[in-house]
Order: sequence, then C-alpha cells, then structure tokens
Amino acid sequence: MTATTPSTSTAAVRDGEAPASGPGRRRTPRKRTARQRELGACGALMTPFFLLLLTVFLIPVGGAVYLSFFSQDQPGLGFGPERTVFAGFRSYEAVLSDPTFLSSLATTGLYCLIYIPLIAVLALAIALLLDSGAAKLRRTAQLSLFLPHAVPGIIAAIIWLYLYTPGLSPVVDLLNKGDIDINFLGVNTVLPSIVNIAVWSNLGYNVVIFYAALQAVPREVLEASVVDGAGPVRTALQVKVPLVRPSAVMVVMFTLIWSLQLFTEPMLLSQSTRVVDSRFTPNMYIYDAAFTRANYGLAAAASVILLVIIIALSYAVSRWSNRANTPEEAAQ
Amino acid sequence: MSAATQGPSSLRPRLLGRTAVNAFVGLSVLYTLLPVMWLLLASTKNRDALGRSDLLSVSDFSLFSNLSDLFATEDGIYGRWYVNSLLYAVVGALLGSLISVACGYAFDKYRFRHKEKLFGLVLAGVMVPPTVLALPLYLMASEAGMVNTFWAVFIPVLFNPFGVYLGRIFSQGYVPNEVLEASRVDGAGELTTYFRVSLRMLGPGLVTVFLFQLTAIWNNFFLPMVMLSDQKLFPVSLGLYVWNSEAVTTPDYYPVVIMGSLLAILPLIAAFLLLQRYWKSGLTAGSVK
Repeated sequence: MTATTPSTSTAAVRDGEAPASGPGRRRTPRKRTARQRELGACGALMTPFFLLLLTVFLIPVGGAVYLSFFSQDQPGLGFGPERTVFAGFRSYEAVLSDPTFLSSLATTGLYCLIYIPLIAVLALAIALLLDSGAAKLRRTAQLSLFLPHAVPGIIAAIIWLYLYTPGLSPVVDLLNKGDIDINFLGVNTVLPSIVNIAVWSNLGYNVVIFYAALQAVPREVLEASVVDGAGPVRTALQVKVPLVRPSAVMVVMFTLIWSLQLFTEPMLLSQSTRVVDSRFTPNMYIYDAAFTRANYGLAAAASVILLVIIIALSYAVSRWSNRANTPEEAAQ
Repeated sequence: MSAATQGPSSLRPRLLGRTAVNAFVGLSVLYTLLPVMWLLLASTKNRDALGRSDLLSVSDFSLFSNLSDLFATEDGIYGRWYVNSLLYAVVGALLGSLISVACGYAFDKYRFRHKEKLFGLVLAGVMVPPTVLALPLYLMASEAGMVNTFWAVFIPVLFNPFGVYLGRIFSQGYVPNEVLEASRVDGAGELTTYFRVSLRMLGPGLVTVFLFQLTAIWNNFFLPMVMLSDQKLFPVSLGLYVWNSEAVTTPDYYPVVIMGSLLAILPLIAAFLLLQRYWKSGLTAGSVK
C-alpha cells in the first residue's frame, strides 16, 4: 500500500496559500494539481465561517476600538450634521473616573468571588459523590441536575424572581410562617440572590464536565491507591482531584468569562427592585451608555476596558494553572 | 476489612457514608427540580390562587384558561414570538452548525500556512463578550438599514466559534484519514468526498454542535434587545422580559408570564432528553481533551 499521509509532499505544502483565498484562484490552463484541489476545497469549506468571523466579529471589534477614540460632536444647537471628532483617550478617562462604572466593576468582582469558588467546589463535590459508587440512580441524578441548563437565562431569572417575591412565593410564605422575614431583593441580599440563580442554572453543567473527567481516571490508579491503604475520602481528595485539574481550570476559566458578562439576571431583577440600578454590572453600564444615553464613545471605551479585563484575567488563570502544573510534572 | 484483598470494591464507603452521600445528592437534585416543579404547578393556578400560594390545592385548576389567556393577550402576540424563536433558533442552529463543522473539518484535514494562528483567532471569538460587539454591530446594521429586521438577529447568531473547535475535535475522532485517501484514489473530488462521505461520519458531532447552538440562540436575549424594537420580531425571551415589566404594575400578567415561561422551556427540555448522548459527547469533547 502507499503511504497514508496526504498525497502531497511537504515541499508542496510550503507553497500553500491561506485558506480564505477561495477555490480556483491560482487556476492555470493545465490540469490543477492535487494540492491545488485540496486548497480549493479547504477554502470553500472555510470561507462561509470566515466571512461571518469578519463581519460579525473582526469588524465589530475594530469598530469598538475605533469608536472608543472618537466622539460625536453636534455643532450649534444640535442642528446640522454630526461631526466625528478624534477624542484620544478622553472616553477612557471618562469611563475610568465614573464612579458608577467603578462600582459596577466592584459588584462584578464581588459576585465572582462568591460565585466561582462556590460553583466549582459544589460541582466537584457532587461529581466526586456520584463517582464514588455510593450514590444511587447516577444517570437520573445527572439528568435532573443538568435540567436547568435547558432553561433560558431570562426564564431562570423569572422563576427565581417570583420565588423571591412575597405574595407569589411559597418559599417566602413558608419562611414567614416560621417567623423568618427575609427580603431576597434587599441591599445586602440581592447579590447572593443573583449568585443563587447562576448556581441553579450552571451547577449540573459543571457536574457533568467533572463527572466525565472522573470517569476517565484510569482504574489502575485507583486500585493502587486502595492497595496503599487510602480510604474513599483520601482517594477522592488526593488522587482524583489532582487528576481532574485540567477540567477544573476549564470550568473556572469559562465561569469567569461568563461571570464578567453578567447581564440578563440583574437586568430582569432591576424591573422589580431599586437596589439593582441600570448600571449594576459593566455590561449593563455599556448598554445604558449606548442605548439609553446614546454616548457611543463612552460605551465603546467601557466595552474595550471590559474586553481587556476578560483577556487579562483569562491569561492569568491559564498562567497560574501552567505554573501550578510545572513542579508536579517535574516531580514525576 | 482488608483493602488489599477486597480490591476496588472497598473504595465504596460504609453504610453511614452511603446514606450521607445519597442525602447530599438527593438534596441537590431537589434544589434543581423544585423551581421547575413550582413553574409547572403555578401554571395551573389563576391569579388569586397564586397570591394565596397554596400550590397543591386542585380546587381551582386553571391550566387551560391560563393557556387561552396566554394566546389571547395582546392579540396573541406570544404565538408570533414563539414562531420567531423557532425560526431564529432552529434555522440558525442548522445553518450555523453546518458552517462551523465544515470549517472545523477543514482545520483538521488540510494543511496550510498560519493554520494554528487562524485557529487561535477562532478561539478568541469564544472569549469576546457579545456586548463588546453589540454596539458596533448595531451601528453597522443601522448603516445597512437592517436594524429592526429579522436579519439583524439572524446573521450574528450564525457565528459559532466553539462549534469550529468541536468540529475539529469530532473530525479527528470520527473521520479517519484513510477514508479520504481511498476516496481520492477513486477520483472523487474533495468537496464531493466531504458531502458524501465525511459529513455522514460527522453526523453525531453535527447534532451536538446543533444542540449547543440551538440552546444558545433560544437563550439569546441581549442581541434582540439591542436590535429589535418591533414587538412582532421579538423572540420569546425578549417578549417575556417585556411582559414581566408589565406584571410589576399589572399583576394580571403574572399567570401569562408563568404560562409563557413554561411553554418556552418545553422544546429545549424535549431536545435534551431526546438527544442525551449527543450533548454528553459534546461536553466531554470540550473538557477532557
């Protein structure tokens, strides 16, 4: 049989072209080579996606950066055409010195500090329990836990808002009967209430991720741990947990990226409680700046700042996980 | 009991531990299920019974009157929202998953310059929040006269970079390179091979990407909120948001919002139950690798 590698040699690969150039660009009168046919097909398969990437991703990102450096000036009393003026870092200065933006950042930071450790530990604990062999009905449990993931964020927020609302909620009713009077939408309780909605929505999703990773732990490793005399708890904490660290890093990273974009739940709660104002989170601040105040420069600058924060924190998480990995690998 | 002789079975905890484990798992299952149960029960209650919060009484069963109220409120606009959501989500996810999987397949099977750099660009798409894109997208759509049209929501939701990532992984796993070689030897064109042979092998992966994208589009709330002002174009999510703001002042809207929410989660729950093995493979492909 001939070799199973694609029929072209590496030399032919080197003069290959970028995929977006489309089929037949380098067509010559003579028959096209196999390599050119492959590149043509490759281009055809990739072009639709890269067109989307260009129009709904690259151009808008560029647009956001551009807008953040310009501002619209209306000459005179707002008559005449708008002029776009280069504003330098003025919008950035305005955003960073705006106390409402800084407090939205602080709110989101606090939210992350409560939510991320809570969901990561809970999801890992439940996955370990399911994996321990002691839990019954594992499939049913996983499926039930996953169910809220199929509930759209806005509807999860509606359900919980009603469960927080006195007069509608059997929970509040029950607590009142036991002489406990909690306002779930008060100044100090609203953030934990939002965390609860997010935990409810995403717990099962992360349990499934951890559980799948635990199932992939080689059986020999676990048997070795038993031979060494480790009990189930020690096996779980000292053998299984370190082995699923890549999944944990992924869970923390995605949860972080999503948490920084918090929007839907507080937006809905803001309809019912004054504690959540229209600039409660950075995303709500951006929405408010762009579509309520029509200050595009301010909204774009806030968007770019949020983007930079997300990229920096994701980078920090991946660096931290790499560094944490190294000594262990060296020890092996 | 000696661990060494009992083997892995002694990993199982004793009876007390077992009870505690099951109690903890049981509690967390209750935590996730009860709110959905509440939604189900609340949908059978009229406004007065809702206020009394005696959910288990069967005396005032008004599921059907709530249903007819839902489709009668504001000239039955809810039906319209539902159809819109189905269009955005089903058609969008179908087209979007085909586009992403094709691209992921090309990333796996072909070699070209700067491949990993381009792939990095794709992955960057996963990280950028929709709000960063929303304002420039809105301005672009407004230049093109597309604000407040179906397309303003439909085109951006097609973009699914995570689908490309999954597509590449599935292509590695499901489509052996030997199959492509055999097809080339037979003289079949590259694209013919893709559509006749590879796409079939990618079937389960395609369903997974479709399911994830369906969920994402059905859940989408921010983009329609930015792009649409005509209520007739709203998806269910945005419509319920507007109705909920009405409910704050007009409590008559509560039963309709509850009924509308219940109907809105049914298609996704059905999809997840029917296609269980697909989303599981998608989650594991995304995590273990």
